[in-house]
Amino acid sequence: MPVKVIIPTPLRAYAGKQESVELQANTVGEALASLTNRYGDLKKHLYADDGRLRSFVNIYVNDEDIRYLQKDATQLREGDTVSIVPSIAGGWR
Amino acid sequence: MATKTEIPTQPAVSLSNQEILRYSRHLIMPEVGMEGQLKLKQAKVLCIGTGGLGAPLGLYLAAAGVGRLGIVDFDNVDLTNLQRQILFSSTDVGRPKTEAAAERLRNLNPDIRIDSYETPLTSENALDLFRDYDIIVDGTDNFPTRYLVNDACILLKKPNVYGSIFRFEGQISIFGYPDGPCYRCLYPEPPPAGLVPSCAEGGVLGVLPGIVGAIQAAETLKLIIGKGEPLVGRLLLLDALTMRFRELKLRKNAECPVCGNHPTVTKLIDYAEFCGIRGEEAPARPSTVPEITPRELKARLDRGDDLFVLDVREPHEYQICNLGGYLIPLGDLSRRASELDSSREIVAHCRSGKRSAEAAEFLRKAGFRKVTNLKGGILAWSDEVDSAVPKY
Repeated sequence: MPVKVIIPTPLRAYAGKQESVELQANTVGEALASLTNRYGDLKKHLYADDGRLRSFVNIYVNDEDIRYLQKDATQLREGDTVSIVPSIAGGWR
Repeated sequence: MATKTEIPTQPAVSLSNQEILRYSRHLIMPEVGMEGQLKLKQAKVLCIGTGGLGAPLGLYLAAAGVGRLGIVDFDNVDLTNLQRQILFSSTDVGRPKTEAAAERLRNLNPDIRIDSYETPLTSENALDLFRDYDIIVDGTDNFPTRYLVNDACILLKKPNVYGSIFRFEGQISIFGYPDGPCYRCLYPEPPPAGLVPSCAEGGVLGVLPGIVGAIQAAETLKLIIGKGEPLVGRLLLLDALTMRFRELKLRKNAECPVCGNHPTVTKLIDYAEFCGIRGEEAPARPSTVPEITPRELKARLDRGDDLFVLDVREPHEYQICNLGGYLIPLGDLSRRASELDSSREIVAHCRSGKRSAEAAEFLRKAGFRKVTNLKGGILAWSDEVDSAVPKY
């Protein structure tokens, strides 16, 4: 399925400065794997050493958090938008 | 949706003729009217942080006639603040922010009560500070304080109007609303220290906190007058570069340690520790790369030593000022290390010394034997060697 993955500002430097990436995937897991294969540096920012998604990063399919869907197994439909939403605190410090 | 933060109107409170004139544009709208304006007059809002977000927030809440405003900030006004912290003026540089803010807001609206708290917000003072207020607005700039504000609001059952920014992106939501999610439902754990870029690498479009802070003010006013749909269970995302707003659904996590069905956090914790150690990586260890101070570098260059100065900043920083170094941005270093001659002695520098330490460590691991890091970066060079080099 062709889907769009939106890259948040703090991670754009590791994704070739793109704000979104188009790719083919049937599930969220496949989409993220495809993304991190294409942009290796992104992997350590999204995943901890044990392979789990970092807990300060949330993944949404359209406007739903995948934690409340089927997580990595969430099915994607054509035209879905996968958003990566990390916590930000802004400004100085 | 009936909001549960509505301020019940007490019969004794009324508006003077002056106030009626001042707020006439509110009063002639049925959504506000006398009833709404009286609620505003009796409302008590605490603003945590009076910086980029706090500026429009304070101004609009004061303008709207919120009867009591509290401002918490322990910082002084700095020149670099004036790019976005529009509550202050050039003559305020060096003054405590709460003092300058209170003065400006009183000039705008002398009828309201403004209390300044020139103190850091801590686990020791947060609960006492929050108790007197109805609504807390989070305009802070660091993760430990965000978790502190969140937890204190949950424990005291007060809504937390959240806003945050990074470069061109903003997030706004309301946490701590009855049956709504809290910050920890969204982000159970903070990023490890050092993973999110600092101000030097991050930066922010000055007007962005202006937009986000104004949205926080709007949400606060809506909570007070009990009208409209508040951003509860909704995360509003703004990308100012594309000027697109998106909205994501936020759910209350039944397992949330603070606001869930079986809370395990029942009092405030050590948030610095929470953000430093609970983060998935250990705090950054001190660099093992040898360092050279700006004075030492200058002396060696003057002597004619054959040194290769490597600048690992970004091209737009090079345009601000540079030492004539060879520019390879840190993010490109692994790809372009072959441009460097490992037989030469390399001195790596950046703005403050952090990125260049990473670069130097990388090069050493890649087999470059003679790499040192310029301690304190170009900022230290400006301080110690050549003050004509601008600091930024």
